[in-house]
Amino acid sequence: MASQEQLSAIKRAKVLMVGAGGIGCELLKTLALSGFQDIHIVARDAVLRFRPNISITPYHANVKESRFNVDFFKEFDVVLNGLDNLDARRHVNRLCLAADIPLVESGTTGFLGQVTVHLKGKTECYECQPKPAPKTYPVCTITSTPSKFVHCIVWAKDLLFAKLFGDKNQENDLNVRSSDTANSSEHSEDVFECRKDEDIERYGRRIYDHVFGHNIEVALSNEETWKNRNKPRPIYSKDVLPEEQTKENGNEEKGCAADDVSAMVSLSLKNPQDIWSLVENSRVFLEALRLFFLKREKDIGNLTFDKDDQLAVEFVTAAANIRASSFGIPLHSLFEAKGIAGNIVHAVATTNAIIAGLIVIEAIKVLQKDNNNYRMTYCLEHPSRKLLLMPVEPYEPNRSCYVCSETPLSLEVNTQRCKLRDFVEKIIKAKLGMNFPLIMQGASILYEVGEDLEEDMVVIYAANLEKALSELPSPVASGSVLTVEDLQQEFSCSINIKHREEFDEEKEPDGMLLSGWVEAPVDKDNNKPIGNDESTSNALPSMETLEGEKDDEIQETSEVVEAFSGKKRKLSEVSEVTAPDPSGPSSINQNKPEKLDIDDEDDELIISDDWESFTKKKKL
Amino acid sequence: MDGEELTEQETALYDRQIRVWGADAQRRLSKSHILVCGMKGTVAEFCKNIVLAGVGSVTLVDDRIVTDESLSANFLILPHENHYNGKTLAEVCCDSLKEFNHMVHVAVETGDISTFGVEFFEKFDAVIISCCSLGKKKLINQKCRKLSKRVAFYTVECRGSCGEMFVDLLDYKYSKKKLEETIECQIEYPSFEEAISVPWRALPRRVSKLYFAMRVIEQFEDVEGRNPGETTIADLPGVLKLRKELCETNSLDESQIPDALLERLLTDTREFPPVCAIIGGILGQEVIKAISGKGDPLKNFFFFDAMDGKGLIEDISGPSTRS
Repeated sequence: MASQEQLSAIKRAKVLMVGAGGIGCELLKTLALSGFQDIHIVARDAVLRFRPNISITPYHANVKESRFNVDFFKEFDVVLNGLDNLDARRHVNRLCLAADIPLVESGTTGFLGQVTVHLKGKTECYECQPKPAPKTYPVCTITSTPSKFVHCIVWAKDLLFAKLFGDKNQENDLNVRSSDTANSSEHSEDVFECRKDEDIERYGRRIYDHVFGHNIEVALSNEETWKNRNKPRPIYSKDVLPEEQTKENGNEEKGCAADDVSAMVSLSLKNPQDIWSLVENSRVFLEALRLFFLKREKDIGNLTFDKDDQLAVEFVTAAANIRASSFGIPLHSLFEAKGIAGNIVHAVATTNAIIAGLIVIEAIKVLQKDNNNYRMTYCLEHPSRKLLLMPVEPYEPNRSCYVCSETPLSLEVNTQRCKLRDFVEKIIKAKLGMNFPLIMQGASILYEVGEDLEEDMVVIYAANLEKALSELPSPVASGSVLTVEDLQQEFSCSINIKHREEFDEEKEPDGMLLSGWVEAPVDKDNNKPIGNDESTSNALPSMETLEGEKDDEIQETSEVVEAFSGKKRKLSEVSEVTAPDPSGPSSINQNKPEKLDIDDEDDELIISDDWESFTKKKKL
Repeated sequence: MDGEELTEQETALYDRQIRVWGADAQRRLSKSHILVCGMKGTVAEFCKNIVLAGVGSVTLVDDRIVTDESLSANFLILPHENHYNGKTLAEVCCDSLKEFNHMVHVAVETGDISTFGVEFFEKFDAVIISCCSLGKKKLINQKCRKLSKRVAFYTVECRGSCGEMFVDLLDYKYSKKKLEETIECQIEYPSFEEAISVPWRALPRRVSKLYFAMRVIEQFEDVEGRNPGETTIADLPGVLKLRKELCETNSLDESQIPDALLERLLTDTREFPPVCAIIGGILGQEVIKAISGKGDPLKNFFFFDAMDGKGLIEDISGPSTRS
C-alpha cells in the first residue's frame, strides 16, 4: 500500500484523464482503487458507472473543443492521456506546455506498450521526438502498379469505393493513367454513373469490366511501365461469372433492415477468415454493389469507408482481391482485409492493464514532485537483458523542438505558384498540427480562423486562401518570416520562407519542404498522398503503419535495443535515491536511501523510438 | 463452445485480440479451464484478464469471509456491505467476474484444495496459487506434476510495491515462426520446490535481490507457522535473524538482501493497486501464452518493484533445467 505521504498527495489530487478506451478504462479502475478522489475525464465515447464515493466528472466531448483551454488544464495537478490518435496527443501536449501541467502519455499495440512523463522545461515534450506519420503510398503505385495487397486495399477503399458511393464532387484519381488522353474526364464520369433504366446487374458488371478489364488493358498499352514489372491481366465478368450464374445469386431478400445488409449472408459465405476464390470475390463484388443500390440508396453519395460497415468492408475486400488477382498478388480474407482497410490495431486487455498500472505509478511520483524518479517505461514483448518492463530516464528537452523550444522552422516553397490554401492545409494543419491557425507576416494577418471574425475579414481571408503566396496583400517572398499561432493551444512558431523554383514530383509532391521540423525516419515505400487515413488506434504514437504484411501467426521480432546517438540524457543520479521528504517509518523512501540496483550497463540501454523495428519482420 | 469453429459472436467479440494471437489460439483458449486460489487484488486482476480473453472456465477458491480490508485492492468487491455481507471472497468475486464475459463459465470451489486428490487437478489446464503457505504451494505443485496431462502451475504474491510470480510448465514444447521457418522449441521447467532449493551461491551473480528477500520471508512464515502475508514490521528482528542464518548456510553476503528492502516488504503488507494491475497483466499474458501455445513463455520467475520500475525475469533452475 502507498505510504502516508503518498496517500495524502493522492487524496488531494485533481486528475484529468483524456480518453476512455482500452487504456482509459483500466486506468480509471486503477486510479479509483489507488485512492484518487477527484477524477475528470474528457472522452468522445461514453463510459462511466463506477464506485460512487469518488467524484468522477465526465466531459463527453472531443478534447479539441475550445472549452478545454489552458485555463481548464491549469486546474489539474496532472494530465493522463489514454488517446488513440496523434492529432489529439499533440493538441494535449501543447496545452499542457502552455498550462505548465505535467503530462503522462501512454500507448499500446498488442503486447507492446509505453508510458512517458513530460514536464515543461525538465523533460522532452511529447513532440520533441519524431513521431512517424501514417504510411502513405505514391499515387502511381495505387492507380497503376500495385505490388502489395495493401495497395489494392487503398485503391478499393479510397478510389473505387469513394467514386461509387462517396461524394461525387471529390477529386478522384481513379482514372489517372500514365499517358492516356483518349478519354476525356466527361466520358469517364459517365462510366461510373448508373444509367437511367439500367438494370443493377448490368451496371455492376459494367463497372466490374471497366475497372478490372478495360482500365487494365489501357494500362497494358503503355509498354514502358511494364518493362521491368509483371504485367497484370485484365479480368472480365463474363469469363469469371457466366451470365446465368449471377441470376442464381443470392437468397431471396430476407426481411432485413438496411443496416444488416450483407453480401456474405446473401451468398452464404460464413467464415470471415476464409480466403475467397476469384469467383467468390467477384460474386461478393457484384452482390455488395447490388445491395448498396437496392437497400442503401440514400447512403450513396455520402459514404466514407467505415470499418464497422459490413457491406462496405465486403465490397472493399472483394474489389481489392480481384485487383490483387489481376496483378498476381496473394488474396486475403475479409478478416485480414478489414484490419488493413480499417487500420485496426490489435489490442489485448493485459497490456492495457499493465500500462495503466505504470501510469498510476508515474502519476503518483508527479504528485509528489519526485523529480529524480520519473521514468519512461517500455513494456516489451520479448525480454531485453531479462527485462520485460524497462524503465529509462527521461531525456532533456530537445533544443530544436519547435513546440517546446520555440526554434524557428524553414520552408522552401515556390512562392509564386503555391497557394495559401495549400500552405495552410499541408503545412500548418497536417504537419504542424494546428487546428485553428492564425498566420501573420509582421503585423499583417494573412489568415485566421475564429468565431467572432468580422464579415469583411472573413471575405478577405477566403480570398487570400486562393492567392499565391507572393500575391497576398502582404506579399510573401524569400526571406519572409511568418508567425503562425494556434490560440487555443497557446502555441506559436515562426517559419522562415525561402523561395525555390522546382520540386521533385515524386519526392516532394506537395511542392514544399519544411525543415527544422523533426521528421520521422521514412520507409523507402513512404512517399506521398494517396491512402492517407488518420489512423485511429490506441497505438504507440509511432505505430501507425498499415499492417499490410502481417500473417496470422505471431511474428518473431528481434530484440532491438539500439544506441541512440546524440541524445542528451537527463543528469542521472544513479546510485542514490534521495527521499524528498523523510517522514515516518511508513514512508516508501526510507531515511536510509536504498541503493537502486541499476547496473552500469543500464546507461547504455537506450531504446530507439523507432517502434517499427520492434514489430516489423526483420528480413536478412 | 461446441464445435471446432469460433462462433460468429466470439469472432466479433474477440476481434482485436484475435488479430494479436490468431483464431487458432482463441479456440484453444475457449476450451481451457483455469483454477485460481487466493482471491486478492492481483489475482482479481488476473481473473479479469483471462475472463476477458475468453477462456472456457474459471474456478475460484477462497473460503475467507470478505472484510473491509479485502476491498483495499480488489476491484471485484464493491464497497456495498449488502454486496458482500457474510459471503466468501470466492463467491463475491465469482458474481462480479461473470458480468465481464457471459461466454466464460465462472464457478466456486470450496475447501482446502491442497488436500484434494490428484484427479481434481486433472480437470484444469492451469492452476494459479496465491496467499498460500509454502507447504501447500509445494503440495499442489506436486499434484499437478503427477498428472499425465500438463497442468501449468503458477504462484503469485504481491507485497506493497513489489510482486513475484513463478511459472512451472514442466516439459514445454511449442513452435514458433522465425523469419520464414517454423522452429520447434522446448523448455524444461523445475518445480517450485526444485527451484527454491537451488543453492544461492549456484545462482548467476546478479539475481534480483527481491528473490532472496521473498524466500527469507517465506521461510520465516513457514518456520513460525504464520499465514501468508501475516508477517509485519514487528517481526523484523526475527526476519533479520533468519536472513543471517540463511545467508551463512548459503555463503551469500547479507548485503545481497538489504535491510531496507526487507523493511519495505514487511511494512507495506497490503497490495498496491497499480502493482496488482501490472503483475496481474503479466500473469494473464503468461497463462494465455501457455494455453494457446503461442509466444515464448517466461522462465521461471518474474519480479516487479515499483521503486525502480523494473519488471524482470530470473531463471532460477538447477543445472539440468537451466536454459
